[in-house]
Amino acid sequence: MTAVATVPGTTRLGPAAKHRSRAIRNGLATAFITLSFVVVLVPLALVIGYVVSRGHQVFGVAFLTKEIPTPRDPGPGMGPAVLGTLLVTGAATLMAVPLGVLGGVYLSEYGKRGFVARVLRFFAEVMTGVPSIVMGLFVYTAVVLRTHNPNAFAGSLALACLMLPIVIRTTDEMLRLVPSDLREGSVALGSRQARTIVRIVLPAAAPGIVSGALLAVARAAGETAPLLFVIGSAYRTNRSLFNGSNTTLSVQIFNNARSPFLASQQRAWAAALTLIGIVFIFTVLARLVTALYSRRSTAQ
Amino acid sequence: MVADSPPVAHLSDGHRPPGRFADLAFRWVALLAGLSVLVVLALIAFSTTHEAWPAFSKEGIHFFTSKRWDVPGQHFGALAFIAGTLLVSAIALFFAVPVSIGIALFITEVVPRRLRRSIVYVVDLLAAVPSVVYGLWGATVLAPKSTGFYDNVARTFRSVPILHTLLSGQPVSGVSYMTAGVIVALMITPIITSITREVFATVPTSQKEAATALGATRWEMIRGSVFPHSRGGIVGAVLIGLGRAMGETIAVALVVGSATSLTGRLFSPGDTMAAVIANQFGEATDTYRAALVGLGVVLFAITIVIGVIARAFVARADARSAGA
Repeated sequence: MTAVATVPGTTRLGPAAKHRSRAIRNGLATAFITLSFVVVLVPLALVIGYVVSRGHQVFGVAFLTKEIPTPRDPGPGMGPAVLGTLLVTGAATLMAVPLGVLGGVYLSEYGKRGFVARVLRFFAEVMTGVPSIVMGLFVYTAVVLRTHNPNAFAGSLALACLMLPIVIRTTDEMLRLVPSDLREGSVALGSRQARTIVRIVLPAAAPGIVSGALLAVARAAGETAPLLFVIGSAYRTNRSLFNGSNTTLSVQIFNNARSPFLASQQRAWAAALTLIGIVFIFTVLARLVTALYSRRSTAQ
Repeated sequence: MVADSPPVAHLSDGHRPPGRFADLAFRWVALLAGLSVLVVLALIAFSTTHEAWPAFSKEGIHFFTSKRWDVPGQHFGALAFIAGTLLVSAIALFFAVPVSIGIALFITEVVPRRLRRSIVYVVDLLAAVPSVVYGLWGATVLAPKSTGFYDNVARTFRSVPILHTLLSGQPVSGVSYMTAGVIVALMITPIITSITREVFATVPTSQKEAATALGATRWEMIRGSVFPHSRGGIVGAVLIGLGRAMGETIAVALVVGSATSLTGRLFSPGDTMAAVIANQFGEATDTYRAALVGLGVVLFAITIVIGVIARAFVARADARSAGA
């Protein structure tokens, strides 16, 4: 980049007017580029500002734990939805993360650059682009229509479908960052490949995989479309994963957003604040795990 | 790989380490887990198509060519919703593509290196806000405030031939294709930005330095070195954004206005495939439900095709930069 220093001298040799128009064009382009960042900052700030300012009024411990009042009645209460969100997202995580990590292990450690692995990698990427409502329709047609029992588990199946390709891809990418010296060292000491993977490779990549899984959880926790018709509709606390309808924060926001009653709308904003809080906590946790890991690895 | 062949072969001559069976089993379990992606995709295709079949066989090609969606009369033509999906996606891309490319350039070419990560975090925050929260904001804040704005725009372009038709319509309390498109634009900006940014990052530094050394301004360097190298990757990123825009459901369901109409008026209320499913599925039975699942099948097929094409573009851009 030392050459840059001489550039102004050389360009000044050209006609002054041309130089100025080039400078103006460059200035305009830089202005547009900078402006495009500012343009998205404004709505982001507006959305978060509205959620915080309208949501904090009824938000509190009572909001997170009490039963949902009837639409007209003012006051806090979103307990069933908070519990439902944790239940549905938790069950989805328990299904998608182990399966996804194993799938990622296959891609990175066994399949590598072979045909099967390339095909699987490609379709895992394509699957991340499948609209979430299609996952809801899938679980509805494949499960709910047969069991006639919409419940939290059906919702977690739909979310698991959404999380699976994300977890597979991050695991694959993180495992490929593990230096092959580690694998060779383990195998040279007489370990089978499975033992090498479980004892050496996975622990080395664990922070990256955990961070990726947390981001997948964050994304799933905010989803509404796949849950709408598979978890049924409920307004009371339901602790059961398999028995009876359930509800989540996202579904409550969707229903209350169109409610004509001010009290419900206000609870929708507070529920949005709760949901953004949950998503934010998981996102920050993911960043923390990554940051701690990179500090540890640079210290070594 | 180098790791497993020589040492294991040597060991197996004498005393084998224990767990040969477990080793094989682990490998197969891992393969099955990987195959689950294909299994789920196949199950989605089969299960939804099977359920939608009554509607497809009843309507035939009219499912795609008729705009008559008449539930009591049992007519299910999805043309208005397909067109609405394309319209909302087009509006979203119109706003999101230039802005995303701008942000990606801002991050890779303008901002000092130490600020880059924080700006990436901020843009990723846009993606972290759940769809339903955008919908809530769009329906209760943005839409009511935009009615007057739409009226003003429509009045300004009253005498311009094509724009007059495009920029008109009767937004009912502000919900319209345009409102939905703007909200979707916000939601797809982070994904287009992050892919474009990765593509820009693969432009060889030597090419950029060469342009600068020849006296190019920053903009000339971007046009001469960055864009030509990234064209395929940008197309891929835009297609991935298009796929997301078409599948976006909840926010659109809340702000698009739920009206079955085939129109090019951007300020009119309308509907998209995904939004129709979300809004009407609860009350649907029999052929009606089959038709709604059918909309999902169409959506699934379109997004798979777009996804495959997009990934091919991005993969080719990757391969080229790896070879360079």
